[in-house]
Amino acid sequence: MAAIEAADLRRTYKTHTGTFRRKAKEIEAVRGISFSVEPGELFGLLGPNGAGKTTTIKMLITLLIPTSGSARVLGLDVVRQAREVRRRIGYVFGGERGVYERLSGYDNLRYFAELYGVPAREQKGRIEELLELVGLKGREHERAEGYSRGMKQRLHVARGLLHDPEVLFLDEPTIGLDPVGAREVRATIASLTEAGKTVLLTTHYMFEADALCDRIAVISKGSIVAEGTPLDLKRGVAQGSVVEIEVYGVADEAVERVRALGGVVAVAIEEREQAQVLVVQTEPEVELTQAILGHLNGSDVGRISRREPTLEDAYVALVSE
Amino acid sequence: MSSLRLLAVSWWLQFKMIMRSPFDGFGNVIYPLFFATTAFFVFRAGDSPRTLIYASFGAAVMGMWSSVSTSAGSAMQRERWWGTLELLVTTPRHFSLILLPTTLGLATVGIYNLAATLLWGRFLFGVHLTIEHPLLFALAVAGTVLSFAGLGFLFAVSFVRFRAAWVLGNFFEYPVWLICGFLVPLALLPGWVHPISWALAPTWGMSAIRESALGGSPLPELGACLGLGIGYVVLGVLVTDRVLRAARESGSLSLT
Repeated sequence: MAAIEAADLRRTYKTHTGTFRRKAKEIEAVRGISFSVEPGELFGLLGPNGAGKTTTIKMLITLLIPTSGSARVLGLDVVRQAREVRRRIGYVFGGERGVYERLSGYDNLRYFAELYGVPAREQKGRIEELLELVGLKGREHERAEGYSRGMKQRLHVARGLLHDPEVLFLDEPTIGLDPVGAREVRATIASLTEAGKTVLLTTHYMFEADALCDRIAVISKGSIVAEGTPLDLKRGVAQGSVVEIEVYGVADEAVERVRALGGVVAVAIEEREQAQVLVVQTEPEVELTQAILGHLNGSDVGRISRREPTLEDAYVALVSE
Repeated sequence: MSSLRLLAVSWWLQFKMIMRSPFDGFGNVIYPLFFATTAFFVFRAGDSPRTLIYASFGAAVMGMWSSVSTSAGSAMQRERWWGTLELLVTTPRHFSLILLPTTLGLATVGIYNLAATLLWGRFLFGVHLTIEHPLLFALAVAGTVLSFAGLGFLFAVSFVRFRAAWVLGNFFEYPVWLICGFLVPLALLPGWVHPISWALAPTWGMSAIRESALGGSPLPELGACLGLGIGYVVLGVLVTDRVLRAARESGSLSLT
């Protein structure tokens, strides 16, 4: 039995436009997603902002009811057996919200230990153990409002583990953290699968998915556009090559002209310090450097380099389709 | 047993959070002062010992009610802002067990409001009150707090479904002052208002507090007050699952 199963999961939101002439509008956030996660697996749902990752996770953790389709966690239906599902899952999201700032870290954990029905005699030991695991020992009696972003995030992880859930849903758990804080959280996540937990992780950091996940599903505009191991996804674009050109103030029209060139798979602009870098993925055995430069007339051009595609390039190519 | 423990721990933590809020703390100083001033001017207009009792306790219960009605409304919105509402819903407990201690915590702060209003009245305006039956008075106050928590709970349940419903908490604040006879005797209100007043626990709580202070028997009023309070809780528990399902369908548990 799969730990998590989603079958043709869809979710639409109703919204309104206009003030006096209000018009109802439906937004399709998730458009028929299907995947399954095996017990003990760390599965990544990777996609840009607004791709439908959080909506998918919210349906799986019983916060949203799917418009159609079905989902099961540990064999339990997320709509009809919501309470049983909640008992056996943990949920952690990224960012500073989700913490009672006026309470201490310890009181935050104590409250959720009660809510998850952790037996009274086990609570103290469990909280101490988790504080040790996430590195908050010694700071637990301070009010959470004084915690750094990284400390709050680690408190989230501890909260999600209080009732020793079999399946953990981590929604962008390292978002906004500094590199050291993010590394600490990633180390904690890696240790979870070693302890036999099933983890579904959403992220838009490619390297994070690459480093942590056994399998990845790339989600774009509400649909899964690719699924496989990080190696499978890299292979998908390994045949081509990538040209990187440093530019200063490149116009949108120029980028569109490059995108329209024959042999171009994907184009992205990355901000690196003062410069922008135009990243162009090309089909195998196609030399487009001169043609690209021809379309950048009027822009200051810096260093030009050529390299093999990475997993991040695979991701960009997939979500640009 | 585990549910009772949850209620007790949650109540204590909610109470801690309220007491640590600088904004709420400021309001807790200013509001009773405002209510005590109101009581003083009403008393001065009436100028009889009975009016004194009437106005002072009316103003004190106004403070209690205000802290529950406005805070119960904003409590759910606050949980949304903090990002904790979704976390609470993903726990396996029945949601009513999570909400009830929140409104009970708010109602407990109402006791402080009652005491502060009476103390302001005494020290600022020299209004001296004698309570004939202190024990029954304490019981009446406790019963009123519990029924307020029940009514606040019923409000909070509906506020889970609608993001903008917290505004209704403010909307309910002033009409209850009037309808439940906090400042004006019910007899002065139009006849069609009376059934509404009788359906609201604050009417009976107010009456029980005044009766005990004046030396009468507050038990019938106290019974009605508690009965209605329990009724609100039962109704709230019955509709919680439906409201929560509607919120999960509409996606209104989160802020956006």
